[in-house]
Amino acid sequence: MHPIRKKRLTIVLFLVAGLAIAVGLTTYALRQNINLFYDPTEIAAGNAPVDVRIRAGGMVEAGSVVRDTETLKVEFKVTDFSASVPVEYVGILPDLFAEGQGVVAMGRLNNEGVFVADQVLAKHDENYMPPEVADALEKSSKAQNKAADVDKAAETTAY
Amino acid sequence: MYPELGQIALILALLLAVLLSVVPLAGALTGRDSLQAFARPLASGMFVFTGLAFAILTHAFIVDDFSVAYVANNSNSMLPWFYKFSAVWGGHEGSLLLWILMLTGWTLAVAVFSRKLPSTMVSQVLSVMGMVCVGFFLFIIVTSNPFDRLLPNVPTDGQDLNPLLQDIGLIIHPPMLYMGYVGFSVAFAFALAALINGRLDAAWARWSRPWTTIAWSFLTIGIALGSWWAYYELGWGGWWFWDPVENASLLPWLSGTALMHSLAVTEKRGVFKSWTVLLAIVTFALSLLGAFLVRSGVLTSVHAFASDPERGSFLLMLLGITVVGSLALYAFRAPVVHVRSRYGSLSREIFLLLNNVLLVTATLLVAIGTLYPLVLDYLDMGKLSIGEPFFNTTFSPLAIAAGLLLGTGIFSRWKKTDGGWLGRKLLWPLAVSLVASVAVIKMYGDFKPWAFAGVFTAIWVTVATLWDLWDKSSSRKGRLHGLKRQTRSYWGMVLGHLGVAMVMAGATVVSNYGIERDVRMVPGDSAMVGDYQILFKEIGDRRGANFTAQYGSFDVLLDGKKVSELHPEKRNYPVGMSVMTEADIDAGLFRDIFVAIGERISDEAWAIRVQYKPLVRWLWLGSLIMAIGGFLAIADKRYRIKARNEAADKARAGNLVTGKHAEASS
Repeated sequence: MHPIRKKRLTIVLFLVAGLAIAVGLTTYALRQNINLFYDPTEIAAGNAPVDVRIRAGGMVEAGSVVRDTETLKVEFKVTDFSASVPVEYVGILPDLFAEGQGVVAMGRLNNEGVFVADQVLAKHDENYMPPEVADALEKSSKAQNKAADVDKAAETTAY
Repeated sequence: MYPELGQIALILALLLAVLLSVVPLAGALTGRDSLQAFARPLASGMFVFTGLAFAILTHAFIVDDFSVAYVANNSNSMLPWFYKFSAVWGGHEGSLLLWILMLTGWTLAVAVFSRKLPSTMVSQVLSVMGMVCVGFFLFIIVTSNPFDRLLPNVPTDGQDLNPLLQDIGLIIHPPMLYMGYVGFSVAFAFALAALINGRLDAAWARWSRPWTTIAWSFLTIGIALGSWWAYYELGWGGWWFWDPVENASLLPWLSGTALMHSLAVTEKRGVFKSWTVLLAIVTFALSLLGAFLVRSGVLTSVHAFASDPERGSFLLMLLGITVVGSLALYAFRAPVVHVRSRYGSLSREIFLLLNNVLLVTATLLVAIGTLYPLVLDYLDMGKLSIGEPFFNTTFSPLAIAAGLLLGTGIFSRWKKTDGGWLGRKLLWPLAVSLVASVAVIKMYGDFKPWAFAGVFTAIWVTVATLWDLWDKSSSRKGRLHGLKRQTRSYWGMVLGHLGVAMVMAGATVVSNYGIERDVRMVPGDSAMVGDYQILFKEIGDRRGANFTAQYGSFDVLLDGKKVSELHPEKRNYPVGMSVMTEADIDAGLFRDIFVAIGERISDEAWAIRVQYKPLVRWLWLGSLIMAIGGFLAIADKRYRIKARNEAADKARAGNLVTGKHAEASS
């Protein structure tokens, strides 16, 4: 083969091989690591898959945080003001975790309908609200045409 | 009064930028020297007025002028003066002003340090820089004016700087990062200028090389500082989260690394020209993409300041114009290039090409992982997130492949390398690395395939780099003379590669052999982490300048002997009503011991996080060494002497081809 063509062929082969590896790795890794987001209404209605790693978010229901004094276990409820989901977590919660604040949790739903979280994220500062949570709140308040105070709560906490 | 002056200064700078983007370019295209002569004064004027605006904003912070909305939102009279100073870039508007200050600073630097370049080239480069400046001046003046006033209702005090940002790491992290991001605009401007006048040659590559390298070095430091800051300030001991904002800085870094290497090939051998130009365009576009992601509000994180959609669409437009405009220019002009030199299928050119393929693949992967959820969300096809495992499984094999290739490539020659010779050459370094990695893994404990692969790659890069240094420095006049004879750019390459090896070793060891424990402790309890015993002595109250804190005292013991005493805190900032965890770390070259206080579980019990982090410092030290390598490389003599004389260039290229000393490749 002509040396220039041969060289071009090698380059093209390298590129194709690199691309193939990249595409293969990406699809493989993507399939395993996509975490879908569900809001409390969807979870309560049974629309979320059981024992699959998902994200869930909403506001921490006031008065729902129960802390075990002997271990690092914490239980709380996450709500979008139309439904709430019990969450269980073992570990240290973020600084800004508090009742009445927006959170996003990663974890799996068990057969009893409890969301077992392995990671809990809270907002970064007092003005921030996870966008999923803001959306979920907006959706539920629209659906129910709830009393003004809920709307107001959603408004003041969304950006 | 002052803030209005600041605004006027910005508008004047915008006008100068408009002139800069038109006049010298017109001069270059029509061959009128009188118009080209405007380039340097315009660049200086632009910098002076931007500097003035920046000084005025800084002044507003120092004197607590809360009538300026931006100051009221990001400062407080109780804030210590150095945080007042760094609060200038603690929010969106100010950090944008800092960004522009640096952009005009780079423009001025090009004007000052390009005296030996042909004046048409300088005019074109400065004009392109001027266009970039116009975009950003419009952005700040139209959407994010830092000098907006709160009149007549001036607040009596400010809302305070986000406590997360009250930290030394954050005083220097954004400036470094921006120096990098913005610095790539110079490489971009050189690339566009070369496309405009059709001069894509070795001389062009040599001019844009030092600018690319220095921008890359700043970006490296900036990313490392961000990672270091996240490690101790976000409080939970992670050093890289594959957070979209971190990815936004990694993207231009990866393509910038590819650009540095392909520029080296273009300069030395005159090939890969179109590819290099494309990379320069892509790298700058990725910097803009980073700015867009962070500033538009499509992402939410520490970095996403209160943002509005207007800014997002403005930045997207800027990005669109840059990408479409430069790619169109590329499409029309790039194919004019003729390749004169040849190279074999086993040669340094091929190794560097593979390096580029891997780096670009990694860039693509990170881009997909970062943008995919955003695109789906935008199209309303559901909300999802792509977690760390995605990046770890895809990025690690690429990093390892790149490292293995690097070690091999170091021994290769330009043009043609004999396969058998290369094989024999690799034998001993391979054996040494294998034995060393087995020993290292044995020291840390269990055998894990990925840990072994990572450690082996790091050692292989180190051994190959040093082996090559040893080979090159052999001299009849003695070793020392041989070492002295090496060029600065070669030393830069050695440091750069050793730095990469350190980062790889650190990342591998800390992620595979680090220990993290969350434990419930009451004062008097102790917890084990690795071989270290952490003793919880007491916890009390403490008062700081603008916060109150719960202040813990812990002893770290090794084999019953006290190693150090740690005082992590949980701080409460009353102004913003926010809580901050301040971890305390016993730092060491080979391991960190990390203690952070979580929440209070009962009256006396606390949740405590204790961590053992082997080699975690190597991540940042390695990055620093890489950056020093970059700075050293641009101090090479050949960038300063005779940049103009083309005949001399060709003679020099001829010498190199004979291959007597195949020097630095990067």
